[in-house]
Amino acid sequence: MNELIEIFLASLLPFNIALASILGMCPLIAISTNVSNAKGMGLAVVLVTTLTAMINWPIYQFLVETGTETLDLLVFMITIAATVQFLEIAIQRFLPALYNTFGIYLPLITVNCIVLAVSLFFVNYEYGFWETTVFAFGSSVGWAIAITLLASVREKMSVVSDLPRGLKGKAIAFVILGILALAFIGFAGLASLNPEPVVQ
Amino acid sequence: MKKFLLRLNYTKWFNVLRDGIARNNPIVVTVLGICSSLAVANMVENALAMGLGVTFVTMLSSAFISLIRNYIPSQVRMVTYMVIISSFTIVFEMILQAYAPEIAERLGAYVGLIITNCIVMGRAEAFAVKNPVRYSTIDAFASGLGYTIVLLMMSVIREAFSQGTIFNIQVMPSDFVNWIIFAIAPGGFFVIALFIWGIRVWLKYYEE
Repeated sequence: MNELIEIFLASLLPFNIALASILGMCPLIAISTNVSNAKGMGLAVVLVTTLTAMINWPIYQFLVETGTETLDLLVFMITIAATVQFLEIAIQRFLPALYNTFGIYLPLITVNCIVLAVSLFFVNYEYGFWETTVFAFGSSVGWAIAITLLASVREKMSVVSDLPRGLKGKAIAFVILGILALAFIGFAGLASLNPEPVVQ
Repeated sequence: MKKFLLRLNYTKWFNVLRDGIARNNPIVVTVLGICSSLAVANMVENALAMGLGVTFVTMLSSAFISLIRNYIPSQVRMVTYMVIISSFTIVFEMILQAYAPEIAERLGAYVGLIITNCIVMGRAEAFAVKNPVRYSTIDAFASGLGYTIVLLMMSVIREAFSQGTIFNIQVMPSDFVNWIIFAIAPGGFFVIALFIWGIRVWLKYYEE
C-alpha cells in the first residue's frame, strides 16, 4: 500500500509527465489558451490513459508469454485507438452531458504521446497490475494539473501583458512551462519511482 | 548557373524541400512533434539518433501511404496510418538496438514514442494522401531534416552548458561549472522558447 502511495505521489509531482519528462506537448500547447477547455482535455486524458494502461497490462503479459513482445508498439497503438473509439461511442450514447464537456477532445487523444508513453513506461519499470494502474492515474492527473496551471497563466497573460511580437503565442507558453518545471523541481525527494526514469 | 538557380525556384520538388526546412519548419513555425524528443535532446548523440529516427519513419511511412493512397477507405485511414507508422518505428527500434545499443538504452521508451510524433501523422494526413510518391518522400524528408537541424542546434547548446562537451569533446574551459539545469526539463523549455522567438523574428512569422 505504501509503495502504491509513493508511486502515485512520485508520478504526480516530482516526475510529472509533462514538466519533467516533457511528454504530451502538442495538446498542452494547443489547447491551453483557456481554462475550461484545458480542464475538459485534462479529464479526457485521465480517463483514457488510466483505462488503456489497465487494458494494455494483461495484453503485454500475453505477448510476453507468446514471445512476441517486439510487437508491443503495434498492439498498444491498436488497443488505444480501439479504446478511444469505443469510449467515444459509449459516452455519446449513455452520458450525453459528459460528452458535451469533453467529447470533442477524445479523438485527439489517440495521438497524445502520454497515453502511449505510460504503456511503454510500465514495460520499462516492470510494474505489476495495481502499480501500473496507480502510475497511469498519477501521471495523467499530473498532466491535467500542468495543463490547467499553464492555461490559467496564459489566460491572465493574454489580457494584461505586453509581449514582444515574436514571443506571443507559443514561445511564451514554453517560457511559462520552463518556470513551472523549475518550481516542480522543488518536489524532488518527496517520493521516487522505482527504478528511476532514464532522463535525469 | 544563375539561370539554373532561377529555374530551380519554379520546380515543385525544390519548393516542397524549402517549405519543410524553413517556411514550415515543424518545430519553430508549427510547433509540432517536440514531445518525443525534447526530453532526450540534452546530448548531441541522442538528438542525432532521434532526428534520424523521425526522418526515417516519416519518409518511409509517407512513401508507403502515398503508394496505397487510392486503396485506403477514408473512414479507417487513421488506424491504417497508425499500423503503418508503428511497423516502421519497430523497424527503426530494431536497427538502433543492433547498431547503437548504448544510445538505444539511453533513449529507452522515447524511441517508441516516434509513433505519436505529430510530424509523422501530420505529413501523412496533410501531404502524402494527396500527392504522388516522389513528392511525398521529398516532403517527408524535408520535414524530417528541418526537425533534425533545429533539434541538433538545441542539443549543442544544452550539452555545452550542462556537461561542457559537444559530441563528447571538451569545449568549455576546464574550470567551467556545469549548469545541470540545461540537461533537465526547464533548460529544454527555455532553449526551445528562445529558438522559436529568434527564428520567428528572423522569418518575420508572427502570431497575433
